[in-house]
Amino acid sequence: MTEHPSGSDSNQRESASDPEVAARHAEYWRRNIRYMGILLAIWFVVSFGFGILLVEPLNTIQIPGTGFPLGFWFAQQGAIYVFVVLIFVYVLLMNRLDREFGVDEGEGA
Amino acid sequence: MTVQSWTFLLVAASFALYIGIAIWSRATTTKEFYVAGGGVSPLANGMATAADWMSAASFISMAGLISFMGYDGTVYLMGWTGGYVLLALCLAPYLRKYGAFTVPDFVGDRYYSQLARVVAVVCAIFVSFTYVAGQMRGVGIVFGRFLEVDINTGVYIGMAIVFFYAVLGGMKGITYTQVAQYCVLIFAYLVPAIFLSIMITGNPIPQLGFGGTDTGTGVALLERLNGLHEELGFTAYTSGTKSMRDVFFITAALMAGTAGLPHVIIRFYTVPRVRDARLSVGYALVFIALLYTTAPALAVFARTNLINSVSETPYSEVPEWFTNWEATGLLAFDDVNGDGLIQFVGPNSPMANELTVDRDIMVLANPEIAGLPDWVVGLVAAGGLAAALSTAAGLLLVVSSAVSHDLLKRSFMPTITEKGELLAARIAAGVAVLVAGYFGVNPPGFVAQVVAFAFGLAAASFFPVIILGIFSKRTTREGAILGMVTGVTLTAAYIVYFALMHPELNNRDNWWFGISPEGFGTVGMLVNFAITMTVSRFTREPPEHVRVLVELIRVPKDGGEAPEISA
Repeated sequence: MTEHPSGSDSNQRESASDPEVAARHAEYWRRNIRYMGILLAIWFVVSFGFGILLVEPLNTIQIPGTGFPLGFWFAQQGAIYVFVVLIFVYVLLMNRLDREFGVDEGEGA
Repeated sequence: MTVQSWTFLLVAASFALYIGIAIWSRATTTKEFYVAGGGVSPLANGMATAADWMSAASFISMAGLISFMGYDGTVYLMGWTGGYVLLALCLAPYLRKYGAFTVPDFVGDRYYSQLARVVAVVCAIFVSFTYVAGQMRGVGIVFGRFLEVDINTGVYIGMAIVFFYAVLGGMKGITYTQVAQYCVLIFAYLVPAIFLSIMITGNPIPQLGFGGTDTGTGVALLERLNGLHEELGFTAYTSGTKSMRDVFFITAALMAGTAGLPHVIIRFYTVPRVRDARLSVGYALVFIALLYTTAPALAVFARTNLINSVSETPYSEVPEWFTNWEATGLLAFDDVNGDGLIQFVGPNSPMANELTVDRDIMVLANPEIAGLPDWVVGLVAAGGLAAALSTAAGLLLVVSSAVSHDLLKRSFMPTITEKGELLAARIAAGVAVLVAGYFGVNPPGFVAQVVAFAFGLAAASFFPVIILGIFSKRTTREGAILGMVTGVTLTAAYIVYFALMHPELNNRDNWWFGISPEGFGTVGMLVNFAITMTVSRFTREPPEHVRVLVELIRVPKDGGEAPEISA
């Protein structure tokens, strides 16, 4: 990473050190961290919260129409479904954020 | 057709498919060998990740474990899926942007240190080998039970197959074989689960079925199972016996370990773009969740079936599957009170338990217990093999690239040619297959535990330094090296002390803070975080080019292609 071998590469280095670009990247990163913080909080609440720490009180509630105690269901089913949803929500949020900040990679590989 | 000819047919057909794919997708460059050329679609990579991830332990042992652990089985269900959220949000996109070939590649460059690279290589090889030994054993067990060949012969056949496509095709061959293996294994898992769900609850969806009513008695199935447990002196199925703290720590160790396992991380180097890496983790978790949400249902069905079919049954009238599995020694009956009936009871019962059931047989025996058609039994064997082989291949690739790329190319022989490196990678993969086979034939007595411990070690070594490497520019090489070494040593020492040296002390009274060796990886991880951050504060800041590197990996487009490595 210390050398700047190709022409296009060194152009990108220059743009990365441009203060305006740097500020935009910093703002992009801040928004990314905020999304992550919110999604990871939900991740923690459904798994460690509902599935482990609060499992006993939640087990006194039965999901209507089924035989599932609520805490047990979160631990062995619900948390996993929420995990899947969280990842896809993050994918959508970040794709939008990438476009907003002009850092999306386009269609080409 | 008999069970055995069905098994032969299905296993042979699936093996022919894997070999065909391997020939079609040979690797010709190191980039193809290490990361399949970086051009795998997110969907295919998601499937390959799922197959890579779900090992013989997931396929064969997990539902059985859960059926014996009840609520406590949660540690595996959440632990082995929750890590993917961490991967998608905190690791995969940035490592893809960095565009290296291996995990030690990233560690070595980010921490501007050959020592850090070598420490990472040692951790990667250590973690992967502990994990792979269990896979080869799984292959042997399936062969031994269903094809009635010697377990060792089974291991040799498995080695030959893995050797063929891993050495020939590298990551490219492995990826496309794993896609096929995922299809085989998920089909083989779902078919018996759906049959059982219909038989027991009348609902074809197992995930809903185990919350439904037992058609035999009209009572909610879980309630009925809790009732049976109480009657027979077991703890209620939906409650479990582990302490809440231990469940918390084990789950956390498995989650962080998942996100830190090298063979999982490198899968996300194979997709073309950063956003493909994010999406691909999502697909991978969908494919994994399909099996992981079915497993607890299967566990409940299997438990209910087992109790219904053996409890208080006269030994002289046991079904055929009982005798078959008795012959393997994995099921044993000892008529303690001499009444000729099978008493299968828990620790709270006044009577003595007379039946010991190895947890590993629950999934394999399930179709027989439920009297499903012969082809389903054969299908389960093919599925178990697919799960074991796909994981073994992924792990062997990590070992091979750690040797040829990280040790030779990046550390000791920087002038090696592309062709030489490719040859070295193939030889290393070949040697790794032989070593794995050796462990399969001569398993250390503790393989089963060791697989679970691989997660603790990954959580205590890689996870913190990769996270901090991305999220904190201030993290220095001194911090990272000390953190990794302390984390992994502490965790390994705790595990070795309790699991290998003093198994008689391995109980809640002796554990530190009531945390079992399985959950201790979380403590190792926290110690690693603390040491890395503290030492970083008191050592000289990372050089400018590393700070630029961190800036670059945080943004998808800026540099685009993998940065040329020049250090």
